[in-house]
Amino acid sequence: MRALGWAVAAVALGLAVLFAGLEAAGFDAEAGLGALWLGAFGSWDAFTSSTLVRAVPLILIGLGISVAFRGGALNIGAEGQFYAGAIAATWVGLHLAGQPGAIAIGALLLTAAVAGLCWVAVPVWLKLRFGVIEVISTLLLNFVALSLVSFMVQGPLQERGRIYPQSDAIAEAARLPLLPGSRLHAGLVLAVAGGLVLWFLFARTLWGFRLRAVGMGPRAAEVSGRIDSQRVSAVALLISGAIAGVAGGVEVSGVSYALFQNLSPGYGFTGIAVALLGGLHPIGVVVAGILFGALEAGAGAMQRDAGIPAVAVYVVEAVVIIVALLATVPRGGWTGLRAVVRKRIAPGKAAG
Amino acid sequence: MTSVLELAGIDKRFGSVHALRGVDFALAPGEVHALLGENGAGKSTLMHVAYGLVRSDAGEIRVDGVTRRIPTPRVARALGIGMVHQHFTSVPALTVAENVALSAGWPGVPHEMRERTRLLSERMGLPLDPDQRAGRLSVSLKQRLEIVKALAGDARILLLDEPTGVLAPPEAELLLQMVRNFTASGGSAVLITHKLDEALLTADRVTVLRQGAVTFTGPVAGQTVESLAYAMIGGDPGLPLTGREAVRRSEPRSSRESIRLDALEVSRESGYGIALRRGSLSVRAGEIVGVAAVEGNGQRELLRAVAGRIAPLRGKLQVAKPVGFIPEDRTSEGLIPALSLTENVVLGLGNDGPWIHGGLIAWREAEARTAELIRDFEITAPGPGARAAALSGGNQQKLVVARELSRTPAVIVAENPTRGLDIAAAAAIHLRLRSAAAAGAAILFYSADLDEVLHLADRVIVLTRGMISEAPPGASRSEIGAMMLRAEREA
Repeated sequence: MRALGWAVAAVALGLAVLFAGLEAAGFDAEAGLGALWLGAFGSWDAFTSSTLVRAVPLILIGLGISVAFRGGALNIGAEGQFYAGAIAATWVGLHLAGQPGAIAIGALLLTAAVAGLCWVAVPVWLKLRFGVIEVISTLLLNFVALSLVSFMVQGPLQERGRIYPQSDAIAEAARLPLLPGSRLHAGLVLAVAGGLVLWFLFARTLWGFRLRAVGMGPRAAEVSGRIDSQRVSAVALLISGAIAGVAGGVEVSGVSYALFQNLSPGYGFTGIAVALLGGLHPIGVVVAGILFGALEAGAGAMQRDAGIPAVAVYVVEAVVIIVALLATVPRGGWTGLRAVVRKRIAPGKAAG
Repeated sequence: MTSVLELAGIDKRFGSVHALRGVDFALAPGEVHALLGENGAGKSTLMHVAYGLVRSDAGEIRVDGVTRRIPTPRVARALGIGMVHQHFTSVPALTVAENVALSAGWPGVPHEMRERTRLLSERMGLPLDPDQRAGRLSVSLKQRLEIVKALAGDARILLLDEPTGVLAPPEAELLLQMVRNFTASGGSAVLITHKLDEALLTADRVTVLRQGAVTFTGPVAGQTVESLAYAMIGGDPGLPLTGREAVRRSEPRSSRESIRLDALEVSRESGYGIALRRGSLSVRAGEIVGVAAVEGNGQRELLRAVAGRIAPLRGKLQVAKPVGFIPEDRTSEGLIPALSLTENVVLGLGNDGPWIHGGLIAWREAEARTAELIRDFEITAPGPGARAAALSGGNQQKLVVARELSRTPAVIVAENPTRGLDIAAAAAIHLRLRSAAAAGAAILFYSADLDEVLHLADRVIVLTRGMISEAPPGASRSEIGAMMLRAEREA
């Protein structure tokens, strides 16, 4: 309930800041917010084809990030894992012509998951072997992934004409079914189902509880719970990467049907905000994902209909992230936060 | 003669808790002044007011007779007040010298920092390796670092918050001697403690706090353990106040062996060197064995190996199952403060909890069981759904003990089981451990407080530099102290 209060406050404050900023910059803020609303929720088509289509990758990535964060691992590399999934999905999708749909889609998503997992396996290995902090390694691998996409669409995966920096379209069989009369694809079902599964795992299973325990108190989890904290964190990170990979596969299979640069408008980073706004709670992440999908969808409409640059909505996202971070400050205030940070950086050391 | 530090009419409320009720306190020059009281009596809060960590609601602070405002520790240090905290306040990743320099505000010249730290610590008879990382120090060396830090800023007034709580008797005596030297050379010290004999032995004057009010203040001369305890607790607590003075002479109750070590070797937790050398030990069902040792002599590794938390290097180790383990640090190892009481019980029992069905947790069953534990162990808590952080230290410890005993263990391993607890809470924990032993559990425990070891144990073993030796039945407190010290001298 407390988390919900913070979330509502975060969004309200974000919109208020956007409104004030637009006014100050001389735009017609009322018209702008009106266009934002209409672009996101104004019609069935806007809601399904714009808002929900953008919500799907955000929900999936947000879910993945919440698994990592809950398990005490800070995965900042969802963008890279998303692209790893998208590259693999495209490659496999190009070779699936003539297969039955279920098999083709299953193969594509599985490949995407494995690719995301492999992408994050590097930071996991670096952490277990050399103690490299995953925040740094996952973040840096994003740039490697971006370069890899750029290489792929101008090299091995470039379309047959060798003109445009993009791949050919994947086989029809490997494309996700659409909701009739819209661009909304079955990835939404996958995202919502993923949220429910994770909710069940966290709330009801010993496995999920142990993951949470490791995130909240790695030393106590080890000493009192006899849990191998490092291993659990590593598994959380691997799952997180696999889910982000699936998000990349879903985007290719349901929306773009091809690989190109800037396939993701920063979904991997916005997904962090989605996870935090959702309080790392799977159901909260689904709701937060739809909300951020609406913001992204509305941004386009705002630019088109009110002449306000779409980037203005990043103000809302930024405010939401800041407020969501404030909400994670423990009861003890900043002193408490320092204690938390100390524990994160030197777990067990302070305990001597 | 003017007091060097005077607190007049200090009043402080934390929400609904009236922590200090118009307390007057005066520290004379050159004296050791013991500040006594049970946990929560307001001792630390009062000194935090003097050190600028807590702002009082009412009252006045005078240093050398001059009224001062002390809003921050920095101001306190500038006035010559140094404080040694109950908790470790150094940066674990920095070296000893860097920590001292950081606290004293020395310029960061590495060579100079090292040299000044070495000189300072040796002059005070508290030698420390300036290049060691603070996080790698043992508990007693960490304590030593805290004292060196407090004195590095040329303090004339030293406030020590339970400085001997984590030390073994020989180290505690050393520390108290250091305090006496400090006052003999013109300094003044406040010694916060709840150990009565320590106050009687070390202090010139004593002030007793009870529930935020002064119940006694005056010279130590003429006071006894009983008179001070009366002032502290406000009545006969019905508890033994003076500990046992020698090892019990008792017959083993059972012939069943629950713990057996043969030539067991365990490496240090830090990974460098051997902590336990070819240790052999046998503990029978129903027996309570206490470990007496100076910090860092292998007791931690011995206990954790028996509890199955560290894998031994070589040798034979047989331990009956299940094992209950009560770790030293309840808030970082025993519990997860942010989780509820129920969740903490589930955490400890893991797969063994009866509420686990095929990998799923039946939270209602777990909660009902936790509610039972709260009732049976008289834990003061709003309910099983409350967060562990909301409990007092004593009740958190009771929860850990309740959880570990609820698995009806054949073996219980406990590190400092009553560290930082007041008399009543400590007695409750002792009672539980005794009745678990009476029900057939073998108990192996360590306490930094030798009185606790003598009080609780049927047999006492002394660990010196990783070697186990058995204290003979009837061995006195000072004989055991001598056994513990022997290693320290040789080291």
